[in-house]
Amino acid sequence: MLAYIIRRVAQSALVLLIVGLVAFSMFTFVGDPIDNMLGQERTQEDIDRLRGQLGLDQPFPVQYYKFLENAVQGNFGVSYRQGRPVSDILLERAPATLELAAVSGLLAIGFGIALGVFTAIRRNGVLANFIMSASLIGVSLPTFLIGILLIYLFSVELGWLPSFGRGDTVDLGGWSTGFLTESGRKALILPAITLGLYQMTLIMRLVRSEMLEVLRQDYIRFAQARGLRERAVNFRHALKNTMVPVITVIGLQLGAIIAFAIITETVFQWPGVGLLFINAIQFVDIPVMAAYLMLISVMFVGINLIVDLLYFTIDPRLRVDGKGGH
Amino acid sequence: MTDPVLSIRNLTVDIPGRYGTVRPVDGVSYDIAAGEILGVVGESGAGKSMAGNAVIGLLNRPAFISGGEIWLNGQRIDQLRGDTMRRLRGKQIGMVFQDPLTSLNPLLQVGEQLTETMLTHLDISKAEAEKRAVAALDEVGIPGAAERLNSYPHEFSGGMRQRVVIALALCAEPSLVIADEPTTALDVSVQAQIISLLRKLCRERGTAVMLITHDMGVIAEAADRVAVMYAGRLAELGPVRDVITDPSHPYTHGLMASTPLASRGKARLHQIPGAMPRLDAIPEGCAFNPRCPHARDKCRHDPRPEMGASNAACWFPLVGAEVL
Ligand SMILES: Nc1ncnc2c1ncn2[C@@H]1O[C@H](COP(=O)(O)OP(=O)(O)OP(=O)(O)O)[C@@H](O)[C@H]1O
Ligand SMILES: [Mg+2]
Repeated sequence: MLAYIIRRVAQSALVLLIVGLVAFSMFTFVGDPIDNMLGQERTQEDIDRLRGQLGLDQPFPVQYYKFLENAVQGNFGVSYRQGRPVSDILLERAPATLELAAVSGLLAIGFGIALGVFTAIRRNGVLANFIMSASLIGVSLPTFLIGILLIYLFSVELGWLPSFGRGDTVDLGGWSTGFLTESGRKALILPAITLGLYQMTLIMRLVRSEMLEVLRQDYIRFAQARGLRERAVNFRHALKNTMVPVITVIGLQLGAIIAFAIITETVFQWPGVGLLFINAIQFVDIPVMAAYLMLISVMFVGINLIVDLLYFTIDPRLRVDGKGGH
Repeated sequence: MTDPVLSIRNLTVDIPGRYGTVRPVDGVSYDIAAGEILGVVGESGAGKSMAGNAVIGLLNRPAFISGGEIWLNGQRIDQLRGDTMRRLRGKQIGMVFQDPLTSLNPLLQVGEQLTETMLTHLDISKAEAEKRAVAALDEVGIPGAAERLNSYPHEFSGGMRQRVVIALALCAEPSLVIADEPTTALDVSVQAQIISLLRKLCRERGTAVMLITHDMGVIAEAADRVAVMYAGRLAELGPVRDVITDPSHPYTHGLMASTPLASRGKARLHQIPGAMPRLDAIPEGCAFNPRCPHARDKCRHDPRPEMGASNAACWFPLVGAEVL
């Protein structure tokens, strides 16, 4: 097991190195940072001096190594547009995105699993069939359209919920949270639904089909033949087995939620890192873009790693007992 | 004679389908007494499993019991539904399935699966359940039972897993066990062990056993009586010696002649010509008549024969037609 963990961590590190390379390449290949940083009236001397300062005159591998060294310490340089350290800007923006993603993720996982189990157990019921049909909408409508529809209904027509922004936030030692104010919580509802709906329907449909598959297995029949209560058969025996394949997908979907946040944040003008990234693209703010890329990939890789480790706690077949070993 | 544990009367199972209803079990009747092992044999598709599933109330939809009665320990159970039926399963009727590799939940320790089953049916404490779980594993011959409680199914071999399955089926001390081809998926070398284990436990406890199998060797070894099924109907029912050595129904005769029994070292096996009819094309009269070497007009036109004094549902039962 330890060997497996070490291998997975090494793989994760490799992925991050490659993403780092891509992020770093943007500096060299997408425009010239010197152009961006120095104004119109620059001399060759200015340029050379800045190049030396930034280390741009050094060979590529050395520069890459420097970049990584800085990145590991959370140092991504200075935003071209705002002239402030990128790490400061990200830290400022991260809580908005993380809170949004967390709420969406919980909604998606909670409702996705509950509805998936329900539609699997009551597979011939009217309500279950209705939910299944309705879920097609969630899968096929693009996120921005769902956002716009929700805004139209709940903000424009009914006037119940705000259509943009984060509402009031409270600062908790550098973390600005919207959970503690009413306007903050209200502002979270529509974006969270918009962001989580697709993932929820996806998880629900997956849970349903996996669970139907599990319910056909011999061990479920044997559990029924032993007279176990329906609840025990469905939840203790079937659901647990259903979760084994579902967990991977849920992990990937959580990563996707953070990545997809770009669209939702744009629709709702949500002041998170996604919106920051969109704005950075418009201004070719390479340090911000690179940092965002790294941040997202760290999250993806981190979630995947956690998911893989979760397998061990759920599926005993993967665990290797002390004596043996693979 | 004491009352039988299980008594099936004219059991009929129907499966409604788009092209009409088929009848995989058609008017089957038999009893099983306490401590008795009834072997149920017949070609694939004869309705053996269907009858067993009907008894334990686990017919897969759309199949349903459309006629007849099932009595268990003097209680009529074919009309029980939902939770009332569920309580009988495991508690009064145990079931052993064919494939031990897939019968056990891979994510739960065998101890958990045992205690869970006992706690569902018996009014005992968790500690007591665990104690009994060890005893149950010990009884089915699992070495180091106490340590194996925390093992997962994948840590056992196929034969050991089937022992665990048997322990699970018997842990609430049911009075009837339905074993549906319990050795078919196993290594030949462990088949005999599993059968003798099943037989020993059921004899000791006086459990009635419905032993469904294709293996005449298993029948000869373990069963007290044999029920031969053909196209959903009972062809023959009698003591194991009679049925094996002196069958009355031509189908049974063909079945025995086509089985390699160790006691009979015959080089060439007999084969029954043709195949069992599909359920939607069961011939008029005796269902076996197109394949029967002795069929006469009566067999083709009269309503199907009933079980007579000869133990066989046949108009012209064989007499002294020993299987060579
Ligand atoms: N849903 C269904 N619709 C129509 N026919 C069915 C359905 N399910 C099962 N059958 C038929 O019911 C018959 C009885 O099946 P059953 O499983 O009881 O046979 P069996 O005697 O146990 O055979 P085997 O030895 O192969 O296990 C078979 O002919 C099968 O084709
Ligand atoms: Mg069968």
